Amino acid sequence: MAMNEYTIALAGNPNTGKSTLFNVLTGLRQHTGNWPGKTVVHAEGFFTYNNNRYRMIDLPGTYSLYSNSADEEVARDFIIFEKPDITIVVLDATALERNLNLALQVLEMTSNVIVCVNLMDEAKKKGIRIDTKKLAATLGVPVIPISARNKEGIDTLLKTIDSMVLGKIKTNPITVRYSPEIEQCIEKLIPRVKEVIGDAYPARWVALRLLDGDMSLLRAFQQQPLPSVKEVSIYACHGPAKSI
Amino acid sequence: MVRAKISRLSDSEPGERFRIAKLDINDDIMKRRLLDLGFVPGCEVAVLQKSPLGDPTAYRVCNTTIALRKEESDHIYGERIYDGNE
Ligand SMILES: Nc1nc2c(ncn2[C@@H]2O[C@H](COP(=O)(O)OP(=O)(O)O)[C@@H](O)[C@H]2O)c(=O)[nH]1
Ligand SMILES: [Mg+2]
Repeated sequence: MAMNEYTIALAGNPNTGKSTLFNVLTGLRQHTGNWPGKTVVHAEGFFTYNNNRYRMIDLPGTYSLYSNSADEEVARDFIIFEKPDITIVVLDATALERNLNLALQVLEMTSNVIVCVNLMDEAKKKGIRIDTKKLAATLGVPVIPISARNKEGIDTLLKTIDSMVLGKIKTNPITVRYSPEIEQCIEKLIPRVKEVIGDAYPARWVALRLLDGDMSLLRAFQQQPLPSVKEVSIYACHGPAKSI
Repeated sequence: MVRAKISRLSDSEPGERFRIAKLDINDDIMKRRLLDLGFVPGCEVAVLQKSPLGDPTAYRVCNTTIALRKEESDHIYGERIYDGNE
């Protein structure tokens, strides 16, 4: 029987143990290079679990996906355009508040997310306790406590990955609500966004990026083979905003 | 109680603590970047140390050390936190 291959992206702030987790899962089956046309390191590895083959991409560590550095563009574009089957967001258990910024950004882009709270050993030492069940209920996706360096929690993570690709886990990512003014703009924009780019991309997220005036994303869209690249002006609340 | 004076983060010295009140920046990308780095109104920042040439300066914010240049920390306004005025 042929194995299915699934793609997993690893996202997270710098120094959260992404590469450690990547190494634990892929072992020596990995290679590194650069992302096409960028000086950003591209690391890709493979592993198999329960008769499925996984390709894992260790995305550059970033605090955000919106500040438009080369690292952030690589991470954002991979999640949006390559549509990994699962995006694992690795959080530092000792700096959750900071780390959740990126987690919420990823949850606005895709619902196929597993959150790994790493460095649990370090948190324990510092007397930090984390209610991962409550966090999972709030975020609407699985949250797995791990300690990548000590290889703790890896079994549970693999089982969760397996269940997710088999469609056994239904996620319900939290929707970040903005001010009424912004929500009105989003509502107006979503139908127009769908008109231009179809259902292939998360419309609410694209609408938010438009409201933010994210030129870098618009340029990235222009480089994509869209089903029909229409020159359409999208009108935001305050008049003509951007055209894609 | 004496109302603490609003000052720039760039005026704070190593060893001091500072509570962010607002970011006054016209450059949207810089503003976004500072927010994403954790320089959010309401947050407390500890000034760690200046590099030998005086710029950039290392700050502790949300449990992580982040270095900012003066041209960035100049736009962050807030109050110095003195013990007894917390
Ligand atoms: N205590 C502890 N340290 C860890 C753990 N996972 C990673 N580290 C350490 O955290 C540092 C950063 O890890 P790395 O994988 O390079 O992080 P990345 O920047 O997210 O790729 C390294 O010194 C790791 O050894 C963990 O579970 N517990
Ligand atoms: Mg790394």
